[in-house]
Amino acid sequence: MSLRSPLGRVLGLGTAKDGTSHFWGQRVSGIALAILGLWFAWSAATMPGFGYTESVAFIGEPINALLLLLLSVTMAYHSYLGVQVVIEDYVHGHGLKIASLLLSRFAHLFLAAAAVFAILKLGISA
Amino acid sequence: MNNHDRPLSPHLSIYRWPVTMATSILHRATGVAMAVGFIVLVGWLFDAASGPDVYAGFIGLMDTTIGCVLLVGWSYAFFFHLANGIRHLVWDTGRGFEKEQASRSAWFVLVLSIVLTAAFWGVAS
Repeated sequence: MSLRSPLGRVLGLGTAKDGTSHFWGQRVSGIALAILGLWFAWSAATMPGFGYTESVAFIGEPINALLLLLLSVTMAYHSYLGVQVVIEDYVHGHGLKIASLLLSRFAHLFLAAAAVFAILKLGISA
Repeated sequence: MNNHDRPLSPHLSIYRWPVTMATSILHRATGVAMAVGFIVLVGWLFDAASGPDVYAGFIGLMDTTIGCVLLVGWSYAFFFHLANGIRHLVWDTGRGFEKEQASRSAWFVLVLSIVLTAAFWGVAS
């Protein structure tokens, strides 16, 4: 038997007024990615080639660097939200679930940081 | 009370797959596929920033049969997830939920994503 009050048991355990933030984050980043993704698809399709010089020149172009930054960070965020739901749906053990969510968060942050670093390096030295 | 002959809730082994079920599963599958594809996108950026030798290794990996199949798959995943994502946004406004409407938009999205993928590779090559 617990002597804690009902309120004390739930404090800090979850939603109060932010229950729809996941939903909204997913929609808004999705709309952004529709635009950024189509830009990238068009750029990739019309690029003169994917050799080293072509790629470095493309990424280093200021407008491309800017849009690639937005694309990478937004994609990392949108992907994290999506993978989170998949993990919550299919990974059942409590410990394993926490570990998977943590791993997913670290992996997405790692990828976002790597992308930002690479784009800045090429964008500034170009 | 005899309830042996009553229909059970939709049972996967006897249930005809509605097309809306396929698009729902595909949306999740293409999303997970692109989460993996994101690693390759970042790999392209990072290896380009790491110099010509590292970049040559990246292109060597991508310029294989498996690499090409994966790239075509990721382009399809992008166009499907994009088209079906817009379908979800329309649903978010409360529209298009009638059974016939949902089936029609499912087929539309399936065809459109293949057309867009073909157009993409048509422009690319």
